[in-house]
Amino acid sequence: MTATDVVRDATAPGPMAPRPFRVVARRQDTHDTATLDLIPLYGEQAKWRSGQFMMLYAFGVGEIAVSISGGALPGEPLRHTIRDVGAVSHALVSSQVGDVIGVRGPFGTSWDAMDAVGGDVMFIAGGIGLAPLRPSILEAMRRRGEFRHVILLYGSRPGEGFLFTDEIEDWERNHGFTVHQGVRAGLAAVTSAPTFDPDHLLTLACGPDIMMEVAAKTLVGKGVPADKVRLSMERSMHCGIGLCGHCQMREAFLCVDGPVFNYDQLIPLLATEEL
Amino acid sequence: MRTMGLAGLDELVAALGRAGYEVYGPRARDGAIVLAPIAGVADLPHGVGDTQDAAFYRLRDRGDAKVFGYSTAVQGLKPVLFPAHELLWKARKTPIGFDVEDADATPPKPRAFLGARDCDLRALAVHDTVLASREFADKAYGQRREGVFVVAVTCSDPCGTCFCVSQGGSPKPQEGYDLALTELLDGDGHRFLVEVGSERGAEILAEVTTTDAPPTDTAAADAVVAEATASMGRTLDTSDLHDVMYAAADSPHWDEVAARCLACTNCTLVCPTCFCTSVEDTTDLTKSMTERHRVWDSCFGSRFSYIHGGVVRESGKSRYRQWITHKLAGYQDQFGLSGCVGCGRCITWCPAAIDITAEAAALRAGLTTGATDALETAGETR
Ligand SMILES: Cc1cc2nc3c(=O)[nH]c(=O)nc-3n(C[C@H](O)[C@H](O)[C@H](O)COP(=O)(O)OP(=O)(O)OC[C@H]3O[C@@H](n4cnc5c(N)ncnc54)[C@H](O)[C@@H]3O)c2cc1C
Ligand code: SF4
Ligand code: SF4
Ligand code: FES
Repeated sequence: MTATDVVRDATAPGPMAPRPFRVVARRQDTHDTATLDLIPLYGEQAKWRSGQFMMLYAFGVGEIAVSISGGALPGEPLRHTIRDVGAVSHALVSSQVGDVIGVRGPFGTSWDAMDAVGGDVMFIAGGIGLAPLRPSILEAMRRRGEFRHVILLYGSRPGEGFLFTDEIEDWERNHGFTVHQGVRAGLAAVTSAPTFDPDHLLTLACGPDIMMEVAAKTLVGKGVPADKVRLSMERSMHCGIGLCGHCQMREAFLCVDGPVFNYDQLIPLLATEEL
Repeated sequence: MRTMGLAGLDELVAALGRAGYEVYGPRARDGAIVLAPIAGVADLPHGVGDTQDAAFYRLRDRGDAKVFGYSTAVQGLKPVLFPAHELLWKARKTPIGFDVEDADATPPKPRAFLGARDCDLRALAVHDTVLASREFADKAYGQRREGVFVVAVTCSDPCGTCFCVSQGGSPKPQEGYDLALTELLDGDGHRFLVEVGSERGAEILAEVTTTDAPPTDTAAADAVVAEATASMGRTLDTSDLHDVMYAAADSPHWDEVAARCLACTNCTLVCPTCFCTSVEDTTDLTKSMTERHRVWDSCFGSRFSYIHGGVVRESGKSRYRQWITHKLAGYQDQFGLSGCVGCGRCITWCPAAIDITAEAAALRAGLTTGATDALETAGETR
C-alpha cells in the first residue's frame, strides 16, 4: 500500500463519532433494567441484523456496548435493554423520554436464526442475555410455521427478576413456544424430551460465559454438531470496530468476528483460561 | 544509482522543506537517539553509535563521522503517525440534543522521515494494514499517514537486540520508501548511495547535487548490507512459530516469565506495531462540552480486559501470554503478517531483560512429544 491509498474520505464522519438519537419510549423491565426506544435526531434510522450491537454514549459519561433488543424489521425503532451495573449503564438506564443519547453502529455478527428453518430452534438465555436474543425470537415468532419446535430456556439469578414476562407468555400461549423459565431452569428438561433431535437443532445462547460453555458442552455431548450451537460472547470493548484491541480472544476480535460465534470456532479459545 | 556527499544530504533536507514537508530525523537527546524535527545535517547524531542488549541501552562515541551509525532509535514512526494521546471528537450540548464534531488530525504540513530503517517501514506497513485497510479505518491515522515522505537508511551497525533478518526483514530497506540511502565512509570519503523508490522521490532528488554512483560504491553498499545481515544480535526460529505459540498456551513457562515481568508496559509502548488504545472522556464544568480522547493502552495493564464483574486476564502470565502470542501468532490470522518485525526494542527496554526470542525458544523447547499433538490440533483449528 502506498501512503495515498490510506485515506478513504477524509471529510466523512469517522466511525468513532456517535450520532445523536432521541429516547421516544422507556420501560422499566426489572428493578435495575430498562428498555429504551430510539430514533435518530437527523438522518435515517439505523439498519441492523439480529444479534448485532451498538456503542451507546451517555453525554459526558462514557460509551458502552449494548446489543439491540428490538426487531430488525424496517420501521421499528432502535431498541436496547440495559442493565444498570456501573457509571455508563446507570446513566443510560436513567435517561427519560425526550433525552438524547449517542449511537454508533450497528457492529458485529448476527444470529441468523433462519438457518434453522425446517428444523428446531432453541434459545438459551441467562439474565440480561435474553435481550440480545429477542430480535431472533421475534423472527422465529413471525415465521413460526417454518420451524418445528421453538424452545426458550431462560434462567436468571435469584433476585434478578425476569425480562419481557408478558411477551414470553404470549410466545408460549399463542405461538407454540416451549418455554422453560426459572431460577434453576436447566437443559435436562430439553435434552431428555422424546422430541429432542440433535441433528435438526440450532441453538442460540447468550448469558454468562460459564453458562454458555456448559450448555454448549452438554448439547455437543448429546450429539448436536458444534457448528449448530451459537454463542454471543462478551469482552471489554472500546471501539466496536476492530481497532482498539480490547476485545481480543487470541486471534478473534469479538467486536467484528463476533459477538456471535459458532461454538466450534470457540472450542480452542475456551480451552485455555484467561485467554 | 546516484551518490551524494554530506552537503547533498543537507540539500535533501532543504529540498524537502521547500516542498512543504516538516522533516523528522534522528537526534541524540538525553542519552538516546530519538526521532524529532530537524533543520539540517547539523542536527543529526554525528559519530554517535549505540550499544543495546536486554535491559541495556547506551550511546557511544563511534570515533568516526557517520550520521546514521546507530541501530534502532528508541521509537519508530509510531509516536508521530499514531500518537500516544489524541483528540477524537468534541461534542456540544444544543437545545435539542448535542452536536459531534470530529477532530481533524491532518498535520499542518505533511511529514518526511529521514533515517527510517527497514524494520520501521515494515512496522509502518503493519499499521497500514491494521489501521487503514480493513472494513473500519482509523480516520486520524489515515490523515496523518497521507502524504508521508520516507528517506530510508540501510542499517550498517545492527545492535545486540536486532533480529529483523529472522522476521523476513533486512538491514537494507526493501519497500515503502521514496528514497533510500546507504552511508559509506572509507578511503573514498563520506558519501551516501541513493536509491529511488517512487516518483516523488525522483522529483525531490532532482533538486539535490548528486553524481552517478561508481560501481565501487554499489559494491561497497552491498558489503555493508552483507556484513550487517551477518551481525544480527539475536535470532528467532520462526518455523511453525504460529502453531508453536498456540500449542504452548498452557505451558508452565508462562508462570516463570510472569515471575520476572513487572507489567510495566514498556514493551508495548516501544513496539512499533502495537496498536491497542482506550478512550477517555473529559467534560467541562458546565457539562455542556465534552471531548473524547484516545490514548495508547497495553494488554499488560490490569484493567485492559476489565468487564463488569471482573478482569478477564487477571494473572500476569495470561497478560504476558496475550502479548507474545498476539505478536507471533495472532497477527498472522488477523492480518496475514507477523506482529513482530524483529526490531528488538521490547528486549532493550524491558527493565527485567525479558527477551521475546528467548521466551519463544523456551516455549518451543517446552513442547514435549505429547504436546506435538496439540501443535497439530492448533494448526487444524486455524
Ligand atoms: C457485545 C456486547 C453486548 C452487550 N449487550 C448488552 C445489553 O444488551 N444490555 C446490557 O445491559 N449490557 C450489555 N453489555 C454489557 C455492557 O457493555 C456493560 O454492562 C457495560 O459496559 C458496563 O459499563 P458501566 O460503565 O455501566 O460499568 P462499569 O463497570 O463502571 O464499567 C466501566 C467501563 O468498563 C468497560 N466495561 C465494563 N463492563 C463491560 C462489559 N461487560 N463489556 C464491555 N465493556 C465493559 C466499559 O468501557 C465501561 O464504560 C454488552 C457487552 C458487549 C461486549
Ligand atoms: S515485538 Fe519486540 S522485536 Fe518485535 S516488533 Fe515489537 S518491539 Fe520489535
Ligand atoms: S494486544 Fe497487546 S501485544 Fe497485541 S497489539 Fe495490543 S498491546 Fe500490543
Ligand atoms: S472493541 Fe475495539 S477491537 Fe473490538
